[in-house]
Amino acid sequence: MGGGEGYRTPAERPIWQTMDNVLFARTQMGISLGFHIIFAAIGIAMPLLMVISEALWLKTKDREYLELTKAWAKGTAVLIAIGAASGTVLSFELGLLFPEFMKHAGAIIGMPFGLEGFAFFAEAIFIGIYLFGWNRVPPRWHLASGVVVAFAGALSAVFVITANAWMNAPRGFRFEDGQFSDIDPWFAMTTPYGIHEIIHMLVAAYLATGILVAAIHAFILLRHPESTVHRKAFGMAMAMAIPMAIVQPFVGDIASRQVARYQPLKLAAMEAQYKTEARAPLRIGGVPSHEGRTTSYAIEIPGFLSFLAHGDPDAVVRGLEEWPEEDWPPVVVHYAFQLMVALGVLMFALALWGGVHWILKKRLPPSRVFLVCAVIAGPMGMAAIEFGWIVTEVGRQPWIIYEVMRTRDAVTPMPGLITPLVVTCVVYAFLSVAVIAVLYRQVRIGPGMPPPSTQAEGA
Amino acid sequence: MALAWTVAIIILVAMVVYALLGGADFGAGVWDLLASGPRARKQRELVALSIGPVWEANHVWLIVIVVLLFTCFPPAFAVLMTALHVPVALALLGILARASSYVFRNYHVSGDKVQARWSLVFSVASIITPILLGVVVGAVSTGRIRAAPEENFLVLTGYFDSWVHPFPFAVGLFALSLFAFLAAVYMTRETVDPELQDDFRRRALMAQIAVVVFGVVAAIVSRLSEHEPFHQTLLSGTWSWLFFAGACAAAIVSTALLVTRRYRLGRIVAGAEVTAVVVGWGVAQAPFLVAPDVTIENAAAPAVTMRLIVIILGVGALTLLPSLYWLYRVFKREPAFEAMSRERTSGEL
Repeated sequence: MGGGEGYRTPAERPIWQTMDNVLFARTQMGISLGFHIIFAAIGIAMPLLMVISEALWLKTKDREYLELTKAWAKGTAVLIAIGAASGTVLSFELGLLFPEFMKHAGAIIGMPFGLEGFAFFAEAIFIGIYLFGWNRVPPRWHLASGVVVAFAGALSAVFVITANAWMNAPRGFRFEDGQFSDIDPWFAMTTPYGIHEIIHMLVAAYLATGILVAAIHAFILLRHPESTVHRKAFGMAMAMAIPMAIVQPFVGDIASRQVARYQPLKLAAMEAQYKTEARAPLRIGGVPSHEGRTTSYAIEIPGFLSFLAHGDPDAVVRGLEEWPEEDWPPVVVHYAFQLMVALGVLMFALALWGGVHWILKKRLPPSRVFLVCAVIAGPMGMAAIEFGWIVTEVGRQPWIIYEVMRTRDAVTPMPGLITPLVVTCVVYAFLSVAVIAVLYRQVRIGPGMPPPSTQAEGA
Repeated sequence: MALAWTVAIIILVAMVVYALLGGADFGAGVWDLLASGPRARKQRELVALSIGPVWEANHVWLIVIVVLLFTCFPPAFAVLMTALHVPVALALLGILARASSYVFRNYHVSGDKVQARWSLVFSVASIITPILLGVVVGAVSTGRIRAAPEENFLVLTGYFDSWVHPFPFAVGLFALSLFAFLAAVYMTRETVDPELQDDFRRRALMAQIAVVVFGVVAAIVSRLSEHEPFHQTLLSGTWSWLFFAGACAAAIVSTALLVTRRYRLGRIVAGAEVTAVVVGWGVAQAPFLVAPDVTIENAAAPAVTMRLIVIILGVGALTLLPSLYWLYRVFKREPAFEAMSRERTSGEL
C-alpha cells in the first residue's frame, strides 16, 4: 500500500510517458470503434432488408424471396454476432482505457447506455427467434420478430449516439475544481447535438449497407445476368440506398451548421479555416499546415463556407487562430471530411441516375455500366462512415468531454498500452479477413448460383 | 442509501441470471472440447444447436451488469478496470473469439476441417473466458485491490498484484466447473435420445465432482486472502452458512436426480445450486464492491441517476421479461434438438 508502486496521477508522471499512453489508448479506441461501426451499421440496416424480403415472400409466395431472406439472414447472423461481441469490448474498453472519464461521466451519461442495453436485449432475443424459429413460430410472428430486430438495432444506435453527442456538447452538470455536481442525466442525454448526429448516422447506415449489398448482387449479376433472384436483391438494396443517398447531403448540411454552432473550432479544422474572416471560402481539397497556418492547393469558392455555416455569404467564420494551438485537432480532420463529402457526392450522383431512371421508366437502368458503377460504389458508404467518425471523434480532440476534460487526463495510468494496441490490431485484422472469407463462401453457395461442382470446374 | 442497495441487489440478481444462462453457454463449450465416444459428433451438434437461439440474449446480462456498475457505481468500475485491466482485457478477447468462432463454425459451410478448427477456437475460448471472469470476481473479494476513496478513488495497487494469486484462480476454476455442470444438466433436457442423454448425465456427474473439489479448494485458499472480513463472513457468517448449506443440499439433490435420470427436476435443482453459490458470494461480499476500500455506499452515484436507472429497469423489465419468456418457451420447453437437427440437415435453418 501507500502508492510506491503502480498508480500515480497523470500530473506526477513524466510527460513523454503520458503522451505515448494517450496516443496508444486513443488509437486502440479508434480501431475498436472503426471495426465495430461497420457491424453496427449492417446490424441496423440488414434486418430491414431481411424483413422487406420476407414480407414480399408472404405476400407474393414467390420462393425466391424466401431463399433471399434466408441467405441474408445467415449473413446477418454472422455480422450481428461479431457486432455484439465487439460492442461488448467497447463498453469495457471505455473503462480499461479511460477510467477517469468513466469515473466522472458514468453517472451523467450512463442512462443512454442503460437504454441501449434494453434495445440490445430486444435485438438479441428476437434475432434468436428469427434465425432459429422458422418452423417454431407462426409466419406472422416470425416476421414481427424481424421487425423488432430491425427497430431495436436502430434504437441501439440512437442511444449510443446520444452518449457520443454528450461528449461533443456536454451539459447536465456543474463542473468546478475538477468535480462534477448538480447532475441531471435526463438533461444531459437530451443534448440538441444528438439530433443531427442520430439522423446523419442512421441515414448513413441504411445507405452504406444498401449500397454494399447492392454491389455484391450487382457483381453476381454481371456474371449471371439471367439470375432473377439477384435482380430482385439488387433492386431491394438499391431501393433502400437511393433515397438515403439523395437526402444525406441535406442532412449533412444541417449537421455542419450544428457543428458551426456548438463546435466552431471543429468546423474550422474540418474546413482548414485558419483565419477569422467574413465571406469565408469553401475549400475543395487543399493541404492544411498548422505550422504555416495556411491551406495551400485548395479550390476556393468565395463566401460559400460562410453561407453553408451561417446561411449568409457575408457572415464571419471563426478560424483556428482564435483558439490556442494546443487545442487544435489534427489536420487529418480536414482530409477525412473532404473524403467523406466526396464519397457522399459520388453516391448522390449514382442515386440520382438510378432514381431518375426509376421514376421515368419504372425500373433501374438495365445497362451493365450501371451495375459496374454500383459495384465500384459498394465500399464507398462504409468508407464514408469511417471518415465521418474520424471527423467527429478526432475533431473532438484534445477533449474527451468537450471543453471540460482532456483525453490525456482521462487515460489509464497503466504502462505498456502498446501491447493491447498491437493485440487489438492483429485480432481485428484477422477477424476482418475471416468474416470476408465466410461471407464470400456463403454467397458462392447461396441462391441463384450454379451448383458447386460446376463452379469448381470453372475456377 | 436504500437506492444504492437496491441497485446492488439488482446487479447481484443479474449476476445470478448471467451465471445460469450465459454461464451454461460457456459450459457448453467445455463439452464441445471434451466430446468423445461413438456420439462425439452428435454431442457437438447438440451443443451448437442448443445454445444457438439463446446465446446472444444470454450474453446481454453481462452488458446489463457492466452498465449498471459504471452508471450507478462509477468509481468502482474505474477501480476495477484499472487494477484488473489485464484479466478483463483477456476475458474480452475470449468473448470476441467465442462469439466469432461460434458463428463461423455454424455458417462457414465449407467442410469438416474448417469447422473443426473454428470448433476448437470456440471451445478453448469458452473455457478460458469464464476462468478469467471468475478471476475478476475472486480478485474483487481478496482485498488486494487497494484504492484511496479520499483521493478520488486513486488506485494504489499494481496491475498484477491483485489477481495473480491462488484464490482468484481457484474461483475461476470453480466457476468453470459450475458452468460445465449446468451445461451438462441442461443438455439432458435438450434431446430425447436416451444414449445422448446418458452421455451428458455422466458428464454432469463428473462436473459435479469438480464443483465440489474446486469449491473446497477455493474455501481453503480464501484463508490466504488478506481481507479478513470476507473469508470470515464466507466461512463463518450465519447467512453464508445458510447459503452454503443450501448449495450443499441442492448439490446432493441434483446428484440424486441425475443418478435416477429425473432430468426435468434436475435442471431446476442444478440452477438452485448455482444460485445459492452466487448469492452466498454476494452476501459475504456485501457491503463491499471492491473490498476493502470501495463500498456500495461510498461509490454510489448521485441519487438522481440511480432513481432514473431503477425506473428504466422497471419499465424495461415489463417489455423484456415477456419477450424472454417467449424465447425460452419456444426453444426450451420441450427437447428441440432432433427437430432442429433435421431442419439443419435439410437446409431449412
